[in-house]
Amino acid sequence: MGIDSLVGGTIWDEYSNKVADLMNNPKNMGEITTEQAEEMGGKLIVADFGAESCGDAVRLYWVVNPNTDVIMDSKFKSFGCGTAIASSDTMAELCKYKTVQEAVKITNIDVELAMRDTPDVPSVPPQKMHCSVMAYDVIKKAAGQYMNVDMESFEEEVIVCECARVSLSTLKEVIRLNDLTTVEQITDYTKAGAFCKSCIRPGGHEAKDIYLVDLLHEYNQEKLLAGSTLGGAEVTISFAKMSIVQKLKAVEKVIDDNIRQMLIMDGGDMEVLDIKENGENFDIYIRYLGACNGCASADTGTLFAIENILKEKLDTNIRVLPI
Amino acid sequence: MKVYLDNNATTIVDPSVKEVMDPFFVEKYGNPNSLHAYAGETHPHIKTAMEKIYAGIQASREDSVVITSCATESNNWVLKSIYFEYILTGRKNHIIISEVEHPSIIATAKFIESMGCKVTYLPINAEGLIEAQSVRDNITSKTALVSVMWANNETGAVFPVEEIGEICAEYNVLFHTDAVQAIGKLPVSVQQFNVDYLTFSAHKFHGPKGVGALYIKKGREIMPLFHGGSQMGGLRSGTLNVPGIVGMGKAIEQAVDALDFEMSEIREMRDDFEDELLKIKDTFVVTPRNRRTPNTILISFRGIEGESMLWDLNRSGIGASTGSACASEDLEANSVMEAIGADEDLAHTAIRFSLSRYTTQEELDYTLDVVKKAVERLREISSSYAYSPEGHNSGLTAGH
Repeated sequence: MGIDSLVGGTIWDEYSNKVADLMNNPKNMGEITTEQAEEMGGKLIVADFGAESCGDAVRLYWVVNPNTDVIMDSKFKSFGCGTAIASSDTMAELCKYKTVQEAVKITNIDVELAMRDTPDVPSVPPQKMHCSVMAYDVIKKAAGQYMNVDMESFEEEVIVCECARVSLSTLKEVIRLNDLTTVEQITDYTKAGAFCKSCIRPGGHEAKDIYLVDLLHEYNQEKLLAGSTLGGAEVTISFAKMSIVQKLKAVEKVIDDNIRQMLIMDGGDMEVLDIKENGENFDIYIRYLGACNGCASADTGTLFAIENILKEKLDTNIRVLPI
Repeated sequence: MKVYLDNNATTIVDPSVKEVMDPFFVEKYGNPNSLHAYAGETHPHIKTAMEKIYAGIQASREDSVVITSCATESNNWVLKSIYFEYILTGRKNHIIISEVEHPSIIATAKFIESMGCKVTYLPINAEGLIEAQSVRDNITSKTALVSVMWANNETGAVFPVEEIGEICAEYNVLFHTDAVQAIGKLPVSVQQFNVDYLTFSAHKFHGPKGVGALYIKKGREIMPLFHGGSQMGGLRSGTLNVPGIVGMGKAIEQAVDALDFEMSEIREMRDDFEDELLKIKDTFVVTPRNRRTPNTILISFRGIEGESMLWDLNRSGIGASTGSACASEDLEANSVMEAIGADEDLAHTAIRFSLSRYTTQEELDYTLDVVKKAVERLREISSSYAYSPEGHNSGLTAGH
């Protein structure tokens, strides 16, 4: 936390003067018609990205010289907030007089940097960084149309955090090398998850294929298995694919590491009786011992805590049933 | 010109409210619960203010109206008390709230849900209204509490609290209502129908910030949230906020007095303003006027993202809102617009104008003028109204 987080921001105060100026008077806002493009001796490309229902949409117009691939003119129209309009405008400006192949290399980070007043102060607050991502995506869309290829082909690796452009391979490596266990640590090391926060876990501003919590979960499982296997060799099988003995061991380990201490402090304890597969669920039967037995929260708070920890560490389909 | 049209977020403190608060900072600063003459200077004023607050919602002397720090505290208190008294003890296992409650209800419900309480989130219909029947449909023998707001902060939609209160009484289920947006806009009386707990807050009706209240009907259980020196009968410990309570007393008295003005003059000004806004092409209002608080308009301007509209309004000195001010730092669509399930292209286009008894006709005329210019400018920028060549397959509908 700290004072800045406690006071909170008013997001508009964090916009650079350039962002505010572009919002008030966008330079490259407008349309280009087929006729206008022909008059310039170029080919008109019109690309759309986003959707009004998501809160951001942009349409990019390019006039491209078919002989040299040079973008002779570039304009935009945008449904979005101030930063979306300013980012789209900056993106359109950056495209001008570049070849399509060069334009594809412009990233959202270039767009954000170009809108800064001073080199070391960000031009937009973290949660608005995703607006510049859309500006980047629409370039790929336009280039894809011009070159008649799929826009995905311009992306060489899988990007998990688009705002900070952190790839899947980088994240996996950093998590493993530094033995990271929390999202905050990942953000400290890589900046992934620091901006719009959509990539942290499901339920954010945008739906993602891969989330940071998935990567942590995956690494956790690997560690767990490595620990329970002779010689510590890395084995990558999921909880669902473990034998019953491995499952019991894995569950016992999670309880020892995370739960038992908490129960003992309150004068109680627990034991695992059995694990049964029930459809897609794994039902773990437990018995409370000592003070836990008959405690008011044994069927509510404590039980949910145990179940949640097991779900988080091993498998989301785990159910814990006290007997 | 500066125009404040965000009165559902907070209001100007009435100068006469400020005036009655003033002596309690430097001249009369005694702790009202102490045993000396300094306390004697403040204690009678607390008593008078409390009587005004009781009268403001027509509470009986046997009921408890406990002063809190804000409506968020009051809302947290009710739900957490229910959790400790009913859910944790196993007497009940379920509560019902609406899906468009204030975040202080939704987030608290989600918290107690994570602790094992079942929560039903009642949907709103296409007009942004709750149907009382949906409460009846969801009550079980294990339901401890129903909590439905009196009026919604974003749309101004007035929910059928009287009917819901009756249903709760019939099934012997406790009923809480968050009346933050109702006091000063609608007649509010706890005698009028069955209600067990009711939340309100001074700064929504020209009182000071930092002082709210929770009404608790005589005989209803409540677990103290703040333990300590036994102020407020031990229900809510903590040194009394003397200027705040005195200010709240004055403010609620005035709010009740101004109710006729609110429901006639302000309503009329609001209606005229809304008529003019709706003359702008492609504008939409969801909840019918006669089902709304008299001061609120939530209107969508197709093709214009809400924040960019606020930007243009703000440049001309006008303060409005895209919905709940609490949510202005995140990026999500207006939750009510999403809940209504209306045209999803409009989810990010809603702007809320909320008037007060301080709003003037001149201010509304000026605002209308600014809105028209902003609509023109922003639709000129908007991709929703942009040229596309023949045969261009718009990708603007593909979600991302």
